[in-house]
Amino acid sequence: MGRYILRRLLQAIPVLLGITLVSFLIVHLVPGGPAQAMLGPRATPLRIEEINRTLGLDKPLPVQYVIWLGQLLRGDFGTSYFYNQPVLTLILVNTPRTLAVVGLGTIASLLLSPIGAWQAYRRGSVGDHVITVLSYFFYSMPFFWLGIIMILIFGVWLPWFPSGGITSVVGGGAATFLDWASHLVLPVATIAIGTVAGWSRYVRSSMIDTLSLDFIRTGRAKGLSETAVVLKHALRNSLLPLITLLGFSIPSLFSGALFIEVVFNYPGLGLLFWDATVQRDYPIVLGGVVVVGVLTILGNLMADVLYAVADPRIRFD
Amino acid sequence: MAVSLHTPSGGEFISDPTPGQRRWRTFWRSPLAWWGVGMFVAILVFCFVGPLVYHSNAMTPDLRRAMLAPGPGGPLGTDDLGRSELLRMMIGGQLSLEVAIAAGFATTFFGAAYGLLSGFLGGLWDNILMRIVDVLIALPSIFLLLLVVSLFKPTPTLLVVVIAFTSWFSVARLVRGEVLTLKRREYIDAVRAIGASSFRLMLRHLLPNAMGVVIVTATFQIGYAILSVAGLSFLGLGLPPPTPNWGQMLSSAMPYTFQNAWWLIYPPGIAIVLVELAANFVGDALSEAFDPRLREGHS
Repeated sequence: MGRYILRRLLQAIPVLLGITLVSFLIVHLVPGGPAQAMLGPRATPLRIEEINRTLGLDKPLPVQYVIWLGQLLRGDFGTSYFYNQPVLTLILVNTPRTLAVVGLGTIASLLLSPIGAWQAYRRGSVGDHVITVLSYFFYSMPFFWLGIIMILIFGVWLPWFPSGGITSVVGGGAATFLDWASHLVLPVATIAIGTVAGWSRYVRSSMIDTLSLDFIRTGRAKGLSETAVVLKHALRNSLLPLITLLGFSIPSLFSGALFIEVVFNYPGLGLLFWDATVQRDYPIVLGGVVVVGVLTILGNLMADVLYAVADPRIRFD
Repeated sequence: MAVSLHTPSGGEFISDPTPGQRRWRTFWRSPLAWWGVGMFVAILVFCFVGPLVYHSNAMTPDLRRAMLAPGPGGPLGTDDLGRSELLRMMIGGQLSLEVAIAAGFATTFFGAAYGLLSGFLGGLWDNILMRIVDVLIALPSIFLLLLVVSLFKPTPTLLVVVIAFTSWFSVARLVRGEVLTLKRREYIDAVRAIGASSFRLMLRHLLPNAMGVVIVTATFQIGYAILSVAGLSFLGLGLPPPTPNWGQMLSSAMPYTFQNAWWLIYPPGIAIVLVELAANFVGDALSEAFDPRLREGHS
């Protein structure tokens, strides 16, 4: 197990290097480069040269890349042009908030996805059809629109939950925690609804496959109760693909989180990144891509390990 | 279509439908296909024929008529600058659809070419080419998309290129997988033995057999591109005004959420969802017909 995780971590290194290289090249190969982008219409050759010199952008590209990589390894993500703060500090403050939304959204989605198994069990019933149509609908809905609808319904029409920001009271203790939790409800619900709509379809078809397998018939034949057959045997097996799906979905969960953070004005990594792209604050943009890449790879690794733990047929070598 | 319909009187050869024809028949038998194609045609008619029939003010600000609800403000009301929401929905759809369809095709074309080449070359080259795909797939696409868009001033053409650049890799992976299995078939050995060039082998013998995967992914890619176009415009990094598009209409309606300006928020969203639904319906029906393994397997 330990060796498996170690090997997967080692395999992640070239992918990570690739991510840094791709994002570095995208930013630096643009005509004019970051300096031109930073200055925008105010760019003059002299000012561009000045910025290039102070930021070390006049050195050859490979040298710049190696320097930047060395800084990244030492945790130095540069200084934000806009906030004039170390990028690492900004990222460290914002990442846990995004992880809270993505993590809670994922847990909620995992808990709700067995609805697909119920559909498979009641295949062809009215309930199955209704849920299939609904999941097609929510699956096709962009996160940002779903978020706005949530605000319209639960923030404006039925003012149950705060529809933006992260806290509204200052202080400490239980009140603050509840306040924070209530701000999380709509963003987490949005990400969960969108995700469950996709996942439950996989669970449904996986459960349909499982229910037709021999061991289910054996279970029934030897007189197990229907509950035991369905819940203990069929359901557990048909939920396995969810773990793989979780791994696949991590990039889209982070993409979704970005839109949700923008809609709910929730100060996480996505909002930080979006602000930075609008303001052309490239140290944050580059740092954001690297951090999201790392999180995605770690998430995939976790999904693989979980899968190996959950399915005894998988070997660690 | 080339199936002979007359009754055989003896001595003639009745051709069975080719596998291709059989697949298209399966496709058209699916209600999903009809729903999807029907919705898509309806949206095209709405966007491209609509403005020829319905005349109103879509571009000129008229503040006396600002923020009128449906009824006094026309069928769908007016926006914050007093322009007809219905007409803006029609015109806004044109650009969104054109960019999305072009981007869907560009993505599929580039991804298919890359996957075809990678699968065909095999060995070390395949390894290198696919490691590049691994890197790009590990990144949440919207981050990559924003990174690229922030560096340029978006135009429709640029948006097509950028969306294709940030989404081709999943197509490449699928096509490459298909080519790898096809390559081991006997007919490929036969074609090689006849002395066909690599180029011919790829284009005439591998690609046509991988076409099922390509068609299915193209459909999903168009759906994905609609979301990307709308999403980028929603984030203020898409196509600049004055020409409206659905994503941008939605983002300019955002400040009016708390005034309950539902007529500005529902229509663009519903339009995006309908195109997306149409793409998912057609895509699912196609994958059912062309490659059952692909069903629900898209990312």
